[in-house]
Amino acid sequence: MALEIKWGDHVVNTSNEAAFVEFQRVQKSYDGETLVVKDLNLSMPKGEFLTMLGPSGSGKTTCLMMLAGFETATHGEIILDGQPINNIPPHKRGIGMVFQNYALFPHMTVAENLAFPLEVRGIDKSDREAKVQRALDMVELGAFGARRPAQLSGGQQQRVALARALVFEPELVLMDEPLGALDKQLREQMQFEITRLAHELGITTVYVTHDQTEALTMSDRVAVFEDGRIQQLAPPDQLYEEPENSFVAQFIGENNTLTGKLKSIDGGTCIVTLDSGEEIDAKPVNVERPGERTRISIRPERVEFDMKRLKKGSHTLKAEVKEFIYMGDIFRTRLSVAGNDNFIVKTRNAPNQVRLTPGTQIEIGWQPEDCRALDA
Amino acid sequence: MATLTDDSAFGADDRLTTADGKPLKAALARAEARAKRRAFFLVLPLFLFVLITFIVPIGQMLHRSVHNSGFTLHTDIGSKVQTPIMVNLRDWFDNNPRGTEPDEAAFEALAADLVVLREVKAAGQAGTRINYELSGTRSMFTKAARKAPKLEAPFAAAILDLDEDWADPELWAAMRDASSAYTMNFYLAAVDLTRDTDGFVAQVDEKRRLYKQLFVRTLLLSLLITGLTFVLAYPIAHMLATLPLRYSNLLMILVLLPFWTSLLVRTTSWMVLLQSQGVVNDALVGTGVLADDSRIQMMYNQTGTIIAMTHILLPFMVLPLYSVMRTINPSYVRAAKSLGATSWTAFRRIYFPLTVPGIGAGALLVFILAVGYYITPALVGGADGQLISNLIAFHMQKSLNWSLAAALAGLLLGGILILYWLYDRLIGIDNLKLG
Repeated sequence: MALEIKWGDHVVNTSNEAAFVEFQRVQKSYDGETLVVKDLNLSMPKGEFLTMLGPSGSGKTTCLMMLAGFETATHGEIILDGQPINNIPPHKRGIGMVFQNYALFPHMTVAENLAFPLEVRGIDKSDREAKVQRALDMVELGAFGARRPAQLSGGQQQRVALARALVFEPELVLMDEPLGALDKQLREQMQFEITRLAHELGITTVYVTHDQTEALTMSDRVAVFEDGRIQQLAPPDQLYEEPENSFVAQFIGENNTLTGKLKSIDGGTCIVTLDSGEEIDAKPVNVERPGERTRISIRPERVEFDMKRLKKGSHTLKAEVKEFIYMGDIFRTRLSVAGNDNFIVKTRNAPNQVRLTPGTQIEIGWQPEDCRALDA
Repeated sequence: MATLTDDSAFGADDRLTTADGKPLKAALARAEARAKRRAFFLVLPLFLFVLITFIVPIGQMLHRSVHNSGFTLHTDIGSKVQTPIMVNLRDWFDNNPRGTEPDEAAFEALAADLVVLREVKAAGQAGTRINYELSGTRSMFTKAARKAPKLEAPFAAAILDLDEDWADPELWAAMRDASSAYTMNFYLAAVDLTRDTDGFVAQVDEKRRLYKQLFVRTLLLSLLITGLTFVLAYPIAHMLATLPLRYSNLLMILVLLPFWTSLLVRTTSWMVLLQSQGVVNDALVGTGVLADDSRIQMMYNQTGTIIAMTHILLPFMVLPLYSVMRTINPSYVRAAKSLGATSWTAFRRIYFPLTVPGIGAGALLVFILAVGYYITPALVGGADGQLISNLIAFHMQKSLNWSLAAALAGLLLGGILILYWLYDRLIGIDNLKLG
């Protein structure tokens, strides 16, 4: 559906599927010896909210800085709205940016901070004041224009930084871990507010974080970075449910892994012989030949211990209950399965849910499509 | 806060009390007394040191600038016996208003005082005091005192017989001024003013004006040197603040190197470089840029003072700037650029304003040091590169007119305090960041 939102003077057409931001074979090295970003290819349509997620040192911030123009790509092209921007200085790129520490100018009031990008663009005073006020109202800080950044709370500063990045109506906004310094409750509120604004205004957003919850809840698509490469680029649900490799499976959400060898493969399912000698069903993802080593991955909430619900002929595993943790809405049970003492099972706190006592021997299994056989 | 407190914690007059009814403030003071006493004893040595070596000497100096007992009191060097001198003349001055022609009584009093001067050997001291006001008079006193016992009435004729100049009304005005130990005359002299024979403040003879011009020169040169150190130090400090630590440490050593070298060595090396037969001139002549007979005079004049002092005071500008710049997060400038500012605008609107506390501290430090600088101008300044402190030193060491030296120093101190106050009003002393 084409959604048109009027923001300032330009109309943003969110149905535009043509690439708005594109990384083409981008590489980056700081010292000429190691690559921080290795062969990055990425294409974003207009209006998308894309999150770069990854552990520190994975190259995600470097990518953002290259897009903003503060770092130059060692190799490859970055294309913005059809234009290669490698040689365009940051101030001419017209990209809004929210910094990790907000970078609000401490010697200016909130209103002066917001007026700054308009001033350097030569917008006259009355226009400027109107736009500043509108941007402040947008982040619900209309009455705070005369304050200094130091007089605001962390959450308010964050919102001012957001308003400042948006006030000059950029089509692309970059955010570098903008919620890192806030407490949990404020962070959740801001996550919602940022996504709301981004979608309302139809802005294309690149968001960098190492917090997977943030990535999953806010984004249209998430790019998981590791070792200078995008390991998987997918919408959040796909990322969680269909990780393409062990790193993504481990990094996103909680995950149980068991290692073994591929025994046989039959179309959509395969049988894996675990290192303990037991056999179990899984879905082959990036394993092909029997005998290959594999790491199978199963989400804690997809483990079944009611054998009646499994398909006939399904393989099961023996497990010993090690610990039972009551967490209110869920129960978290730690099992010892096939030599792994940290096998977690999550069950919903439903009226007739079993509460397993430590020491009990049980049998567990799963639907083959829930368990993914990945690279070892 | 009272509403939040339990009712039982209130005394009769609504003051907070402890659980057993004692006033809270007294209890707090008692509880903290020990810690406070200990803290006081820890700072006591420093306090005494500052008092003895700083506050007392400055107080004495300021006192000396308005007080000189050279014409009123003689202290024997050996026995420490104090003898009032010029007592009779002082009586005459008290009984006769300013402008009265010295009569026979006046000369009689002078003769009696000259006898005392001879007895306690204070003629030189009294003469020196009058000599400060009117040069060439010291010998009149020593000569007259030597002959004092032989003087007989009529004293006026007898004394004038020794030297005609004893009738000079300026001399009598000077003696009248000097006959009270407390005087503002030294401050007047320090700004090229004097009292005429009628006691009115007047400018000194044009040929003898010196100090006002020197104060102005000191001020202008100090401002110039402050400006030069700022221009030189700002880029260095920026570079130091932005380079990786291992490089910036090395550079910092180079900046601090002048600190670790003796001031004299640094100044004399400038002399070696800049004098007319020095390295720089030789190089220019050698390469044919200059003719041998048109060597540039860069030493023993203002140029020499400016170059050498700028170099010596540079670290005092670099260090405060560096310490402030290091705390400026680079993301401010990045933010400005991402918001559309060119590098120049980002510098002018964001970076520069954030460094103002460092600039203020550095400029104040360099300026105050420059205003009181002594050794460098003395060595390389020549005639027109002398600063006010060189004159203060001259009066301390050569002319021994300590009161005038103190008055000059007092004016310098006052001027700096005024500048400090102005700085506080304009920029705010809270904004001063030295490190």
